[in-house]
Amino acid sequence: MPAHERLTAAITAANKHNRPALVPFITAGYPEPGEFVNTLREIAQVGDVVEVGVPFSDPMADGMTIQRSSFAALQNGVSLKWIFSELEMAGDLHTPLVIMSYLNPLLAFGYETLARRARATGVCAFIVPDLPFEECDELRIALEAEGLGLIQLVTPATPKERLKMLCEASRGFVYAVTVTGITGGDTGLPNDLADYLDAVSSASPIPVCAGFGIRDAADVANVGEHAAGAIVGSALVEVLESGEDPRPFLQALGGK
Amino acid sequence: MKSQLPADEASAFLDAAIKGELPDERGRFGPFGGRYVPETLVPAFERLEQGVREYLHDADFQREFQRELREWVGRPTALTFAPRLSERWGTEVWLKREDLAHTGAHKINNAIGQALLAKRLGAQRVIAETGAGQHGVASAAACARVGLPCSVYMGAVDMERQAPNVDRMRRLGAEVIAVETGDKTLRAAIDEAMRKWVTDPSGIYYLLGSAVGAHPYPYLVRELQSVIGVEAREQMIEQAGALPDAAFACVGGGSNAIGLFYPMLGDDIELIGVEAGGTGEGLGQNAATLATGTPGVLQGAYTMILQNDDGQVQETHSISAGLDYSGVGPEHALLQATGRVRYVAAGDDDALAALEELCETEGILTALETAHAFAYARRWSQENPRKRILIGNSGRGDKDMPTLTKHPARIRTSASA
Ligand SMILES: Cc1ncc(COP(=O)(O)O)c(C=O)c1O
Repeated sequence: MPAHERLTAAITAANKHNRPALVPFITAGYPEPGEFVNTLREIAQVGDVVEVGVPFSDPMADGMTIQRSSFAALQNGVSLKWIFSELEMAGDLHTPLVIMSYLNPLLAFGYETLARRARATGVCAFIVPDLPFEECDELRIALEAEGLGLIQLVTPATPKERLKMLCEASRGFVYAVTVTGITGGDTGLPNDLADYLDAVSSASPIPVCAGFGIRDAADVANVGEHAAGAIVGSALVEVLESGEDPRPFLQALGGK
Repeated sequence: MKSQLPADEASAFLDAAIKGELPDERGRFGPFGGRYVPETLVPAFERLEQGVREYLHDADFQREFQRELREWVGRPTALTFAPRLSERWGTEVWLKREDLAHTGAHKINNAIGQALLAKRLGAQRVIAETGAGQHGVASAAACARVGLPCSVYMGAVDMERQAPNVDRMRRLGAEVIAVETGDKTLRAAIDEAMRKWVTDPSGIYYLLGSAVGAHPYPYLVRELQSVIGVEAREQMIEQAGALPDAAFACVGGGSNAIGLFYPMLGDDIELIGVEAGGTGEGLGQNAATLATGTPGVLQGAYTMILQNDDGQVQETHSISAGLDYSGVGPEHALLQATGRVRYVAAGDDDALAALEELCETEGILTALETAHAFAYARRWSQENPRKRILIGNSGRGDKDMPTLTKHPARIRTSASA
């Protein structure tokens, strides 16, 4: 089976236990590059899917927390090459991985090598926040050749027709951005979130995971009623930043 | 590391460019350009593209735009013969005086055009980024003129070195927001403006200040700035009796340069864009994107950028805030790849010396950005004596006084000319 179906399976398995899938996000190598593999292992024990962020110099869809973690990781020499070699070292985590990266580091790496290295290291799909559907063919085809998925993002600003198209094009899961805004917002989830997530879920043939601004157990439960999974990024990065063990935090949010 | 196209492709793209067929419907200038933006902004870009198609060349819009250019901006700007500079350089030098446009630079042509468009599109407020502060001042003024609130994002480093412009923006009613992240210059300001736009894509109009970013901005800005080249071309024929042998413009994002060059692409004129050479050729020492960069995606477009092997965008250095940028407009990337325009660099010290020489010979205090074009034109004239040249004098240097004060007039150019 293509690797991206592992994602779908992991999310569906969580839903069978009557809970939303938990998808933790971390910026690779933050705060300590030396701790990356350890952190990844810990998080993979609780998360159903783990999302690894590639730091980028111009994270234009990200709020302060992920900007801070990205700049620090870059200062510490974190790169996609380094991430792959760390993932190789980590071995099988028994949890499917997703890489989230802005486009330029992927372009610089070269799409074909990217797909091969990703597949060899347990990565099942990519999320590329500055690559809209209209520009994605080249990457999508290169990933598909290795059975990897390109996860499409949809947002509250996405018109209905487009929503359907994006959901059908997505592989692994659909990433439903909860807010009209950037990551790490602390304004709370929008009031009409339920209707929006219901609309995405009914347009999508594959599971929908909601992300941006999900910070605590109440948010996860709230989102979980209308989507198959919840992605927790900035809040987790802040926990790691403070030097705490991420497991109790994630366990309190649900997870396996 | 200049990007090159196969000869047949290059000439086909250049033909298309001259005929006005670029960008294509996907916003591409040959391989460059496109629209790499977060999904949240896709509908906003589609609305903008639709608005550009509907209004930009519409007779009503053009009538209003042309009237604003004439009565409020003060166009046409003069074409000035520079006799004392010509004598020194041994060549005939003409200056297209964008410094005489309202608010002191070419930026106002684009700002008023886009502000009128924002109004037509029903925007509630305008955001803009700025480097040197010239685009910020122009946006503040244009928004006041059309009656829209305006917020300007500006890197903290630039707020310090272009302090006079920060006060001007505020006087003109704009809110100026200091950007403390990233490199704290123009690139960080664009990132931050994009982050703001994402929060209200239908209410906010993003008034981008150069021929950069995702489609349709590079096209829109070129169309609004082409007035520079159209006027200069006519004025050269009328005042100098002939077109120039060569034309020079400084290149940050590339808006004044594309405005000057675009109407001359089909003429027999050597076109030269001058980037910021900073303090040297190493990565991080300059902002010579076309002269030393590689292709990649930055802030919405596939274009030439300054990056490392991992695709991380590199910080730049230039004494001039308006050129201190790691990317460049995608149309320039194509014009370089086709060989039609040559892009070179002039360093900080050469720019300072050129600025002084122009003050001394012609009584014009030019902007530090613009001074780079003079610095290279001077060098070119030594190698190509007795020609007729045109320099895009993109803006005035009053805003640069904080920087110039730190570099007292130590270079007396008369002896070395
Ligand atoms: C006077 C002047 N010239 C040139 C520039 C560079 O911009 P562009 O390359 O878009 O013309 C600036 C930018 O701030 C400027 O203020």
